[in-house]
Amino acid sequence: MSILTWTYILVGVTFALYIGIAIWSRAGSTKDFYVAGGGVSPLANGLATAADWMSAASFISMAGLISFMGYDGSVFLMGWTGGYVLLALLLAPYLRKFGKFTVPDFIGDRYYSNTARTVAVICALFVSFTYVAGQMRGVGVVFSRFLEVDINTGVYIGMAIVFFYAVLGGMKGITYTQVAQYCVLIFAFMVPAIFISIQMTGNPIPQLGFGGSYDGMPILDKLDGLHRELGFAEYTNGSKSTIDVFFITAALMVGTAGLPHVIVRFFTTPKVSGARKSAGYALLFIAILYTTAPAVAVFARVNLIETVSNQPRTELPAWVDNWEETGLLSWEDKNGDGLVQYVADAEANEFNVDRDIMVLANPEIAGLPNWVVALVGAGGLAAALSTAAGLLLVISTSVSHDLLKKQIAPNISDKQELMWARIAAIIAVVVAGYFGINPPGFVASVVALSFGLAAASFFPAILLGIFTKKMNKEGAISGMVSGLLITMYYIARFKLHWIGDDATSTSSDWWWGISPEGFGTVGMMVNFIVAFTVSRFTPETPQDVQELVETIRIPSGAGEASAH
Amino acid sequence: MKEYWSKNISKVLTLLGVWFLVSYVFGILLVDTLNTIPLGGFKLGFWFAQQGAIYTFVALIWIYVRQMNKLDEEYGVNE
Repeated sequence: MSILTWTYILVGVTFALYIGIAIWSRAGSTKDFYVAGGGVSPLANGLATAADWMSAASFISMAGLISFMGYDGSVFLMGWTGGYVLLALLLAPYLRKFGKFTVPDFIGDRYYSNTARTVAVICALFVSFTYVAGQMRGVGVVFSRFLEVDINTGVYIGMAIVFFYAVLGGMKGITYTQVAQYCVLIFAFMVPAIFISIQMTGNPIPQLGFGGSYDGMPILDKLDGLHRELGFAEYTNGSKSTIDVFFITAALMVGTAGLPHVIVRFFTTPKVSGARKSAGYALLFIAILYTTAPAVAVFARVNLIETVSNQPRTELPAWVDNWEETGLLSWEDKNGDGLVQYVADAEANEFNVDRDIMVLANPEIAGLPNWVVALVGAGGLAAALSTAAGLLLVISTSVSHDLLKKQIAPNISDKQELMWARIAAIIAVVVAGYFGINPPGFVASVVALSFGLAAASFFPAILLGIFTKKMNKEGAISGMVSGLLITMYYIARFKLHWIGDDATSTSSDWWWGISPEGFGTVGMMVNFIVAFTVSRFTPETPQDVQELVETIRIPSGAGEASAH
Repeated sequence: MKEYWSKNISKVLTLLGVWFLVSYVFGILLVDTLNTIPLGGFKLGFWFAQQGAIYTFVALIWIYVRQMNKLDEEYGVNE
């Protein structure tokens, strides 16, 4: 059977599965809709968190990015996993004990202020919309490459599917579809990785094959050698400065721990100990993909260089032609010798390859069977859809619960609130779809923006709310606002180039050599400093709030998540 | 309860110390030094940055889960 037939079968079967689960797990109350009734087992919650977390970027782009960045790619590997340690040790158990529905709920109650709640809602909406636009785009891209429809049609199909289970099922529907999606995406990622690891190093475990030997020497030494020959920086050394690697890793870790769609997952377990445990499961399931990705990156890089470098263009395999048609791969015979020169020097280089190809085309490059190629498409869709659904839920909850129920119309009934949550989810799907079809310029900066903003706002505010009783509303609000503003300013100036003269916003003008991706760490520090300073000169936290902090530190008596 | 909280804090700080060591120290600050030591087919610093740190993170959370369950029981605050 052809790749296309296989893709239709696999995508069709997985989509039928997701819709079936959505119908089976319809939400009946706001509690079902917001936190899946608070009755999700730690294992199921861990699986769902892993699927929620691993987006189209993790599945499709990350291994490719690492493949081109080498050691520098470690920032994503450590940053996007280390954040779970912070989450498990510093935030998740206490937020679960607090026992409400959303992150703005915590900020608003702990800092006894609707202003704080509103700042938190704005941050949550901004971070989630930036992130979801990228996901919808990812859905469109995968559809267009694997089902041969255009990107916009792909986005419409994705919208329809997400609409179905996010709007109907809320958190309950999302959680159980995400469990299924994790299984699909990890299978789709591991099967080609294992095949390629066996092909190249004879070891079926990619994490070990990564250190195995190829062509009579360790594969990493082989790759370092190839890179030296072609003039690239050595794969295992990288080229970013140490301070930049340090700050980017920290910003990604802290940002991960501060992302509302990740935090809210820990509100769904029945007990505090369950919240700790599900963080453990989540990271375990995430680590399977994250320790395989750098191995895939190396295999793909060696394969690519060996296949194309100094070979006659006419003798290259068929996948080169296939991907050249999509425009993601190009060859220009600059010196007219008919051979492919793939070198670091931009003047002499004749071969350009988009990093996203590395995962999508990897099975073709390695000559794997058609069903494996199709499987990667189904996996990419599972990754993009599960993350999009989680984000849409945060957006709809922010509107119906944090804005409407808590501020504008506190007297609406549970039924009305549920209806508003569904309406908000519908609007969010439509807006996300619009951004997917007309991606705004900032989608490319999604990493810097959403992680930087989460690191500079939520993480410090929640941490201080749990670990210091003295932190008052004045301190927390001024901390969040100043952290946000300085991070936004830096990204607008050095990443988006919206502010200031282009000539003075090059990488040599970065403050202390820190790139916009790593600036969230500075934003976080500013938040802490401002919060502490302001809280010293303003009235003390009221007694009842200090008692609230006491109770969230003790696991017993967590009870069920409730709105009251 | 004050004692429970301070024991909790000291456990968390110890675990975060390891968290910092394997990622920021081994994987970033000392990466060049550790890269002179081979580990199978890997350079040690590179291995920590792309493999070892992640394995340690997973272990840290599970150690925390076990330690806290024990501590909760000791102070009778388990659910």
